[in-house]
Amino acid sequence: MNLASLSASYLRARPLNTLLSVMLLALGVATIVLLILVVGQLEERMHRDARGLDLVVGAKGSPMQLILAGIYHLDAPTGNIPLTAARELEKNRFIRKAIPLALGDSWKGYRIVGAPRAYADHYGARLGSGRFYEKPMEAVLGAEVAARNAVGVGGKFAGAHGLGSEPGEEHADPYTVVGVLEKSDSVLDRLVLTSVESVWQVHEEHQGPEDEADRKALEEAREVTVLLVQYASPLAAATLPRQINSQSELQAASPAYETARLFRIVGVGVEALRAFAVVLILAAALSVFIALYTALEERRYDLAVMRTLGASRAKLFGLLMAEGIALALIGGLLGLGLGHLLAAALGAWLESAQQPAVSGLEWRPEEWWVLAVALGVGIVAAALPACRAYRTEVSHTLARA
Amino acid sequence: MIAVRGLAHRYGAVEALRLSEWKVAQGERWLVLGASGSGKSTLLHALAGLIQPTEGEIEVAGENVRRLEGGRLDRWRGTTVGIVLQALHLVKHLSVRDNLRLAQYLARVPQDDARINDTLAALGVAAKAGRRPTELSQGEQQRVAIARAVVNRPKLILADEPTANLDDAAAARVVDLLSEQAARHGATLVVATHDARVKGKFRERLEL
Repeated sequence: MNLASLSASYLRARPLNTLLSVMLLALGVATIVLLILVVGQLEERMHRDARGLDLVVGAKGSPMQLILAGIYHLDAPTGNIPLTAARELEKNRFIRKAIPLALGDSWKGYRIVGAPRAYADHYGARLGSGRFYEKPMEAVLGAEVAARNAVGVGGKFAGAHGLGSEPGEEHADPYTVVGVLEKSDSVLDRLVLTSVESVWQVHEEHQGPEDEADRKALEEAREVTVLLVQYASPLAAATLPRQINSQSELQAASPAYETARLFRIVGVGVEALRAFAVVLILAAALSVFIALYTALEERRYDLAVMRTLGASRAKLFGLLMAEGIALALIGGLLGLGLGHLLAAALGAWLESAQQPAVSGLEWRPEEWWVLAVALGVGIVAAALPACRAYRTEVSHTLARA
Repeated sequence: MIAVRGLAHRYGAVEALRLSEWKVAQGERWLVLGASGSGKSTLLHALAGLIQPTEGEIEVAGENVRRLEGGRLDRWRGTTVGIVLQALHLVKHLSVRDNLRLAQYLARVPQDDARINDTLAALGVAAKAGRRPTELSQGEQQRVAIARAVVNRPKLILADEPTANLDDAAAARVVDLLSEQAARHGATLVVATHDARVKGKFRERLEL
């Protein structure tokens, strides 16, 4: 017998109270852990995907939509911009790197992105198998795309017009898979990469240009969807966006600013959930407190008898504290487990919906804080009952029996 | 073994106990007699160091009880004094064995299953070791309470009204058991009672 087994025996003697306290705390902790995992991972992914990109230039419209479509491939693009305008902009002295992307088609819900090699290089992508595309209608698959569709090098597929889960008309020209990327935990995992020319070719064939003049006109009318821009110097931030936005057909959006705005909007929901979790944890604290405090009355004689058997006041204090801490620890650990389980479940669901994945296996440092808070809750809730146990008047209590 | 001088205890203005002199030798068996409210429990609690009397000196087993404090007093009590209460106050959700183990744990003496079994056997309740107190008869619970009081081999056994609410046969048996256990451990026994049935049991008596 020791303090732990003795306090455990008291917790077992009141199974329903114990269950209530543990469950409330576990649910509160699980909610907070889930938030920490999901928000933390999404934020991290979004920052990672936008790293090194200072500006997205595209057609006029919602700047947030431009960012969501151009960097994260989550939203529809705002439209296209003339290739000539993009080429012109690339020459700007404030721009170190400009990567054009041509969007518009998808395969089984995964976006086909027409991009130069520089796009994959920007994310440090490495080929898992095969080679990089060299000719039009060759494609390189992101790791997740290849894995979920069981397609490898040499496979063929036809892109469909439009983005998202409702595919439009299928294009006749099939792509040939020439390479598969290694998993990079970036947006590339969920993309089909091909050359910008492939995207043009697929769409131009519909119009079937016959003579040289037509072809020329078509080439002049070529468009890209967005231009991902990296500044040459921090000074660019002051002038370049203004300069671009003043042009009638172009819009420049800052990923840093727009994602911060997005998280501020989403943040309201996150804050609401967090408040709910705090309420749960406070309820758990109250439950622990009430359980220990009301049990004091029926335990009065036990506590007095323990003193006659040689227990010090400190021992009784410790016994009650140990019970509070045990409840907090069990609730806290259960909550951590539950939170990770929920995150894994959410991750599985998001993955099937081809959204950025959330992992339940990741441990984030903030979780130590949650565990510490849970422990703190147990300590605070047990403090008053423990003090009353400490002050048990043995002689008085026994005389009343 | 016990030496009390000029002992007095007051709760506020009410005097609960006055005992000018009392001496008890090791191994003696004493009855402390008196009507309720005469201070029998107060005396026992003072002997066990559960209260600090207002005045006087108490020496038990060579220790000046009034000078012991805090954890040292508690530890001394756990290893030196065995207490049997009228309401037995066994811990309900612990098995009989664990009730005895609790006494060893709280007194910080080695937890010794052989000693527990031996103590239970001496009181005829070894077969009940795994049971909860609530599954036992009143008589068995009495025996377990006595077992818990003597498991740490106390030098002094205090019993506060151990026979109240018992029938004649049971009352006699409890006093005999206490007596037997005191003899077995060479302990001094002090039984506080107002029960006329046990008055003839011991030669040494203290009237309060």
